[in-house]
Amino acid sequence: MSATAETAPAPTGAGGGPLLAVAGLRVGFVTEDGRVQAVDGVDFELEPGEVLAIVGESGSGKSVTAQTIIGLTRSPNSHIEGSVRLRGEELTTQTEAQLQKVRGSQIAMIFQDPMTSLNPVYSVGKQIVEAIRAHRSSVSRSSAHARAIELLGAVGIPDPERRVDDYPHEFSGGMRQRAMIAMGLALEPSVLIADEPTTALDVTIQAQILHLIQDLNRSRGLATILITHDLGVVAEVADRVLVMYGGKVVEQGSLDDIFYDPQHPYTWGLLGSLTRLDQPRPHRLPQISGAPPSLLSLSRGCAFRPRCPHEFAKCKEVPGLEARLAEDPGHRDRCRLAAEQKRKLREIEGRIGLEEPA
Amino acid sequence: MLRFAVRRVCGAIAVLFAISVLVFLIFNVVPATNPAARIAGKNATPQLIENVEKEWGFDKSLPEQYWTQMKLIFTGQATSYSLAHINIDQRIVEGIPVTASLCIGAAIIWLSFGILLGYISAIRAGGLVDRFVTVIALIGISMPVFWLASIFLYYLTYKVELFPASGYEPLSNPGKWASHLILPWVSLAVLFAGFYSRVLRSSMLDVMNEDYVRTARAKGLSNRRVMVRHVLRNSLIPIVTLFGLDFGVLIGGGAIVTESLFSLEGVGYFTAEALNQQDIPSIMAVTIFGAFFIVLFNTVVDIAYAYLDPRIRLGTSTA
Repeated sequence: MSATAETAPAPTGAGGGPLLAVAGLRVGFVTEDGRVQAVDGVDFELEPGEVLAIVGESGSGKSVTAQTIIGLTRSPNSHIEGSVRLRGEELTTQTEAQLQKVRGSQIAMIFQDPMTSLNPVYSVGKQIVEAIRAHRSSVSRSSAHARAIELLGAVGIPDPERRVDDYPHEFSGGMRQRAMIAMGLALEPSVLIADEPTTALDVTIQAQILHLIQDLNRSRGLATILITHDLGVVAEVADRVLVMYGGKVVEQGSLDDIFYDPQHPYTWGLLGSLTRLDQPRPHRLPQISGAPPSLLSLSRGCAFRPRCPHEFAKCKEVPGLEARLAEDPGHRDRCRLAAEQKRKLREIEGRIGLEEPA
Repeated sequence: MLRFAVRRVCGAIAVLFAISVLVFLIFNVVPATNPAARIAGKNATPQLIENVEKEWGFDKSLPEQYWTQMKLIFTGQATSYSLAHINIDQRIVEGIPVTASLCIGAAIIWLSFGILLGYISAIRAGGLVDRFVTVIALIGISMPVFWLASIFLYYLTYKVELFPASGYEPLSNPGKWASHLILPWVSLAVLFAGFYSRVLRSSMLDVMNEDYVRTARAKGLSNRRVMVRHVLRNSLIPIVTLFGLDFGVLIGGGAIVTESLFSLEGVGYFTAEALNQQDIPSIMAVTIFGAFFIVLFNTVVDIAYAYLDPRIRLGTSTA
């Protein structure tokens, strides 16, 4: 993809374990209305070169999960449990100063709205230079500036020598997101967390940005966590998928597992509400009835129970995230329905969906 | 940028013209009594009143009256009859160094403390330090200048002779100059420092929730760098607005109380004299003088905006 591709960091860390391992992550916030458990038990591992998608509705805890990985949710009001290990090194117990060394240099993050994610008063180049020099103070301003130009070129900004001194408002939305990605890549991190990177962009620009992320992921072995609510995006780039609901992972598995053999009714609902151009159009685009749950008053047992048409007696107990298919131990979900039943119930007019059984 | 500046200057001139017309109308046309008699003073002879009528053009049409009066004020020929026949413009010019010394010194103090206290309470928002600073700031805002100045004068110049009582010493002797000004500076600055710290605190708390601050953290910047380079930098715009207005008002003769209490014979002191004697020509001149500085500093603020926020630069130069 670019001249800097060969400088990509060595893929695996010491000990040969996963690059990034999140285990039992729970994040709670104290609010005026009580304690909110925004993330309630998230586990996953990420290998170099892998794209992990985290999907779910607003408020399902996906952004909080991502921000907690690099310690951005730390505050006197937050309560973080569990572990986040980067190359075996625990991040949740690190001091703020130690974490600052990880942020940007080993784990980079880009955000949803490129319109507001860049500081309007500094030129784009200056903001990239700032990121570089925050971690490598020995790099001179001029060589950091040269590196910024190189990076902007690498993410596909035309005429980077001239554009580097432009201010964010002089960039279009797509270009700003490219600039954000360039900034994220500045220190050759091994993990990129992209928090809804395409949500605020036009559809055509969305595809460009996704392809850029995909390219970088392949050419640099950049492990990527892609947070999105857009299953179209997931289908395009993800290797593995984590479906979140009410702060919990309700299903996780490979891309094929999730798209062709989804086990959790919530996943069926998400898939059912997709518009598919390759299939006959249904009368009306289905939706998941009801609203996302308030994290202050989650129902007892399965969190999806109030919205699920297939609820039965066992749903009153909290279901564990377990591998329920003997042939596929990597595919885990939180629904107690029998696999046979699931296959029957999710079939709606020849496609996967979530509807009241007739 | 040039077009921007030219447009601003034209706008400023138009505003000043409008103000001079208003001032003229308010003092000469609106009152029902003979303006010449009021200008001539309390114990004026009929002869004097007649002279004033001629000098200030009251025997002519309104536009001519306006023209005559503005000519007197702007060419430095206006004489005050109530205030011992002084030359008004000369008196204002003599007052400028005094007022400027007072205002610039006080401004440095209030900006430094306002920004420092605002910054500290913003980064410690909700904590004990924040509450402490808030109390200090509210005390500062609540103390009237005349009260604070009187307390200073009583305790620090009379009870304990720490500072000279009053009066102004020229800058040619910097030590003496400063010792005469410290108390006025502090009295004038306390209110503004408290007020600015509150404004900066809330502005910084707003900016802290901006997405680009999160980006700055995600880059791995140190907390101080995030706070100073990203949060503080972007929070200064309301402070600049306030400062332009406040400083313009004060340097245009608005520090009436401070200058009067400390016998600093600046523009504000002269304003107080003019008001006491109801000396119309002086009041007119001081009002126009003050308006000039308010307009001037507003223009400076607009230019400072363009420097602080590049989006404004583009918006105006292409408009």
